[in-house]
Amino acid sequence: MEDFYRELIIERYKSPHFRGELEPNDISFEDDNPACGDHIRIDVRLDENHVVTEAVFSGEGCAISLASADLLLESIIGKTIEELKETTKEDILDMLGIELGPVRLKCALLPLKVLKAGVYGVGETISSD
Amino acid sequence: MTGNSNTRFDVQQVRGDFPVLAREIRPGIPLTYLDSAATSQKPETVIQAMSTYYQENNANIHRGIHKLAEEATLAYETAREKIARFINAPAADQLIFTRNTTESINLVAYSWGRKYLSAGDRILLTEMEHHSNLIPWQLIAGELDLVLDFIPVTSEGNLDLDVYHDLLKKNPKLVALTHMSNVLGTINPLKEIIRNAKSVGAITLVDGAQSVPHFPVDIANLEVDFYAFSAHKMCGPTGIGALYGRKDLLENMPPFLGGGEMIKRVELRSFKANDIPHKFEAGTPAIAEAVGFGAAVDYLLEIGMDRIEEHEKLLTNYTLEKLLDVPDLTVLGPPAEEKGGVVAFYIKDIHAHDVAQILDGDGIAVRAGHHCAQPLHTKFNLPATTRASMYLYNTIEDIDRFIAGLQKVRDIFK
Ligand SMILES: Cc1ncc(COP(=O)(O)O)c(C=O)c1O
Repeated sequence: MEDFYRELIIERYKSPHFRGELEPNDISFEDDNPACGDHIRIDVRLDENHVVTEAVFSGEGCAISLASADLLLESIIGKTIEELKETTKEDILDMLGIELGPVRLKCALLPLKVLKAGVYGVGETISSD
Repeated sequence: MTGNSNTRFDVQQVRGDFPVLAREIRPGIPLTYLDSAATSQKPETVIQAMSTYYQENNANIHRGIHKLAEEATLAYETAREKIARFINAPAADQLIFTRNTTESINLVAYSWGRKYLSAGDRILLTEMEHHSNLIPWQLIAGELDLVLDFIPVTSEGNLDLDVYHDLLKKNPKLVALTHMSNVLGTINPLKEIIRNAKSVGAITLVDGAQSVPHFPVDIANLEVDFYAFSAHKMCGPTGIGALYGRKDLLENMPPFLGGGEMIKRVELRSFKANDIPHKFEAGTPAIAEAVGFGAAVDYLLEIGMDRIEEHEKLLTNYTLEKLLDVPDLTVLGPPAEEKGGVVAFYIKDIHAHDVAQILDGDGIAVRAGHHCAQPLHTKFNLPATTRASMYLYNTIEDIDRFIAGLQKVRDIFK
């Protein structure tokens, strides 16, 4: 159990590096985890080459979901939208460094789900540019 | 109705009746089950009754002439009688088998609601309802253009009865509320609430999912019109629940679902509905589950509902007292005297999921989330809470392990 709540997770939960909101932004998306009422919003700013320059999250969640959001956003700064779409469940689990059962997996993956939903929205407008 | 009370309540003996309580949740870690408000564990007698039914009596009911069909029908109808008697319903045919509390409430919404409600009519609910006594009314209100009103919950976790009296002046057609909150533990003053509702001519429906399992419920005394509950929260199987209804109401209501069993006579373009309760039991019902439900009632009666209530009170008092010593922890709902065996709480800056996860590491099963009462959590400005809920098989040692687990939670997040 102490393994589960690795120092990294507790630390990022208590003092996140990427918490906030961005207005204006290029991507903003939010979603809920209906099982627990958690809510996460992610705001992203891009440069003219669709490279992520800033990314922050806001909302409510458990240590796993918020640490996951913080680590995810750290990992996408400097990436292009296309690169960002490649992020997988395994990447998230690697960052968190823990194994999760099916219920907590939903917590860990909520930020990625929100990010992807936002990005695919943008992806569409980009491709129709 | 409340069972024998001359022998002592022996919790260790009770635990011996529940096979799952003997298991280790992980090697060397016993199970501390504090999630009975979600679903209770099942005693050996219930599991056995269902097995025996399948091994010896299984047949479809009501239609067959053969011996097995007769035995199965008898088993099913005997269960109905036991359950009706358990809640002191006037007659067994006023007890309809459904899948669960949720389906019981939906049955009333769709059958009674569609026939008797029309645009502009008001339904009075409360802010502490489980989604199962909220969404059916939202759906039917959308369909029929009804107005929903809500009795507010005070900051102490009780219904605001002054506002209730004001809302009654708007002449609601229905007052529907829970007997006991599955989050706050509040036991509502039903007798008074029902009497007031009747005085303005409203029909009353009570969600008994958290009450029937935990203390004696007397339908005749409450004079309630509809009362819904689930077997799985009272030592019975999943897949079966019950709806009690006032006889004249049930007799005048149209069927809920159509099919076999609910008819008396069928022609190509019309049918004549069966008598109650069969009118509301379309298709092959959950027969083995009904048998298990009956066995659950037998079991609870053997222990005695008074003694179960008393035991849970003791555990709840003890829990609330111990929780006072956990820093930064706030319990929702009224004080111990007004509360059933449900303790929902939050710890400052620690999410309910993390609390539950760390407790699980020590084999302690609690629930985290909004417990299907999201509007109530919104009201208290909480995304989620952790809930420990007790039943007849819980012990003081269970509570001690739970409290020690919370200490560990705080250590990890310090
Ligand atoms: C107060 C209350 N009402 C209704 C329900 C729904 O019960 P079921 O899921 O068995 O329909 C529950 C349990 O989840 C409950 O606690």
